[in-house]
Amino acid sequence: MREVYQKKLNEIQDDILFMGSMVEKAILRSMESLKGRNLELAKQIIDDDQKINKKRFEIEEKCIELIATQQPMASDLRIIISVLNVITELERIGDHAEGIAKIALMIGNEPPLKPLIDLPRMAEKTADMLHRSMDAFIHHDIEAARKIAAEDDEIDNIYDQVFRELLTFMAEDPKTITRATRLIWVGHNLERSADRVTNICERIVFVVTGKMEEIGASKY
Amino acid sequence: MDIKIQTKKLNFYYGKIHALKNINLDMKERQITALIGPSGCGKTTFLRTLNRMNDTIHKTRVDGEVLLDGKNIYDRSVDVVELRKRVGMVFQQPNPFPKSIYENVAFGPKMLGMKRFVNLDEVVEKSLRAAALWDEVADDLKKSAMTLSGGQQQRLCIARVLAVQPEVILMDEPCSALDPLATLKIEELMQELKKNYTIVIVTHNMQQAARVSDFTGFFLLGEMLEYGNTTEMFSRPKNKKTEDYITGRFG
Repeated sequence: MREVYQKKLNEIQDDILFMGSMVEKAILRSMESLKGRNLELAKQIIDDDQKINKKRFEIEEKCIELIATQQPMASDLRIIISVLNVITELERIGDHAEGIAKIALMIGNEPPLKPLIDLPRMAEKTADMLHRSMDAFIHHDIEAARKIAAEDDEIDNIYDQVFRELLTFMAEDPKTITRATRLIWVGHNLERSADRVTNICERIVFVVTGKMEEIGASKY
Repeated sequence: MDIKIQTKKLNFYYGKIHALKNINLDMKERQITALIGPSGCGKTTFLRTLNRMNDTIHKTRVDGEVLLDGKNIYDRSVDVVELRKRVGMVFQQPNPFPKSIYENVAFGPKMLGMKRFVNLDEVVEKSLRAAALWDEVADDLKKSAMTLSGGQQQRLCIARVLAVQPEVILMDEPCSALDPLATLKIEELMQELKKNYTIVIVTHNMQQAARVSDFTGFFLLGEMLEYGNTTEMFSRPKNKKTEDYITGRFG
């Protein structure tokens, strides 16, 4: 029954996986550009953000078309409404990655303040959470969703640590303030990205149960 | 919300065929209850048990109770004509009598001898107004009802039901023979009528059930699988079969 409809519904879910991987890549590459001082790569990420935005609108259009022409109901409707929410979160995470790339450009070739260890850890963890949340979304895996959301605490803890460490730098030597502040912005971008992943996890719970529920409230 | 009609362990048989199985359903006063389900699931049969329309079909049997204001309509003491006055019905195909518009609406009150207590002209006008048809036919009440459009005929049939001052209106796919605009008019009308009447509607059109009703019952193979608040039923049904039906995966 309803083969065309089912095909379109599947297509939207494939699209969201694709968009998820674009954003995941953007996070990892933005950190790579910062760490490796690769300004070309940073510019590339900024350009590629347009592709993410475009993909978001494309998926949004498909959802609207499906609602307008097929009158989805019940769990189908919940999936489509959630897709509309999730793509907004993804698009914003993409913006955070773009933000990091812009900071990489700002920092340019200034001498490094310190070797970057915690921020890349944060980026990897965030990208990993995002990757798994997309899997959980497709498989309606509510257990995984709750687990991923709970991991946001780890991100918050690393961010705390980064913040304290950079404050120490600034307190000891005011000349480091500009560079340290920029790195705090990077941390903030990642921290926000992880929060958005927990929003995606909330949508997974909604798809499965039909209930809106806040999970893993972030400390920030 | 008070319960207007309630069925208790209602079973219905066409000969040996067990068409309704243990239906327990509360229909609330001045609310619209929609019955949905694939063809042959028993929803129309159920609707027809509510004013004993099935009595006219041979070799059928009812078991259980249908309580109207707490009183079983299958009691021996119940006058079926009186019952059908209280529980009116609108059918799938508009079925006006081949008479004038006026005569169609006045027919019920005349038959029931209401003429002695009411002013027929007033009843006709009031019923046609309530059925949102008055403005279209007021100048031409003598015209044959058969000259009206399908949508107008259906509203005339509703006016005919209203003329005998019922308490409950049963609608068996009232819009299936109508175009989208006429359908919309009937749906709007239902929202008006709901202020004064309890409505039970059988519909194949799920969007219609979602749009017009307050409560929805899902029937399948003679059983009522799920019943609940309409918004709830269409956004998060509890039963997998309801989900499959309303998302169009079977039926």
